[in-house]
Amino acid sequence: MANSQPRQSERKCNVRLAKASDIPQVIAIDAENTGLSKAEYWEDLFDRYNNRSADMDDDTQPKSVKRYRFFLVACDGDTVLGFIIGEVRAWEFGSPPCGWVFAIGVRNEIRQGGVGNTLLEALNERFRKAGANKVRTMLARDHTLIMSFFRSQGMMAGPFIELEKDL
Amino acid sequence: MKLQKATRCALFAIMELAAEPDRQLSANEIAEKYGISTNHLAKVLRSLGRVGLVEAVRGAGGGYRFSGNRRRTTLLDIIQLFETIDPIRHGEREDGDDTTEGKALCQVLMEIEDTARATFASITLDTMIKLVDRGR
Repeated sequence: MANSQPRQSERKCNVRLAKASDIPQVIAIDAENTGLSKAEYWEDLFDRYNNRSADMDDDTQPKSVKRYRFFLVACDGDTVLGFIIGEVRAWEFGSPPCGWVFAIGVRNEIRQGGVGNTLLEALNERFRKAGANKVRTMLARDHTLIMSFFRSQGMMAGPFIELEKDL
Repeated sequence: MKLQKATRCALFAIMELAAEPDRQLSANEIAEKYGISTNHLAKVLRSLGRVGLVEAVRGAGGGYRFSGNRRRTTLLDIIQLFETIDPIRHGEREDGDDTTEGKALCQVLMEIEDTARATFASITLDTMIKLVDRGR
């Protein structure tokens, strides 16, 4: 509990929309973090989030429709250091427009280097531009590490409770 | 939810010391700020010292100093030194728990325990100190 662990120095990175060529590295980071390689899942997400012809490669202003889905990567040159995925959704569960973070991942060896902070802030900025003034996520109760990360960003429990049952 | 007195003393002392790790404070100074008994706090500080979260500094101007890791120590780490926040999960049983009604009640209470545990386990001292600063 009390043994000190030095914080990594801040890692410089550039955040942009993910490209198809980044996806193998995203798959590898996720596999490293979760122990599962889910190539099809990530390729499908990329298609749904960033691969629409109308606004491909456009991270600032939309060409035809306002961008509200974001699959971002933090890069150092061609190396993907981490990724984040989020979307502005409105009126589900009676909620006004709100940014949802669906996934975040950073290479294990550069954890604590500020890449997660940079990614979340970059996504939040895009959420604000898309008209959301709140960001939300959902986590497994026992995923303490990732929950601590979101807590460290000032996130607290929201007004919703997730319920479920076996079918 | 209510925490025991010793737990609250420990949390106050740790937050006070961890906010400025280079500063040393006496038990008196901390006790006065939070309106708690110095004797009680001194016992609590000894417990925190045994697990390496604080260290006693001897001599003139001595007192206690934070010696843990703000980014790694969670509220749960501290709370668990003094009490169990999820007694049912830990197997504590009360009268009536073996009835169908008691089992249903335990199921509901465990849901609350699990949420409390997840909350305390995910908030580090560093996050807590930021929360305090935002409230200033």
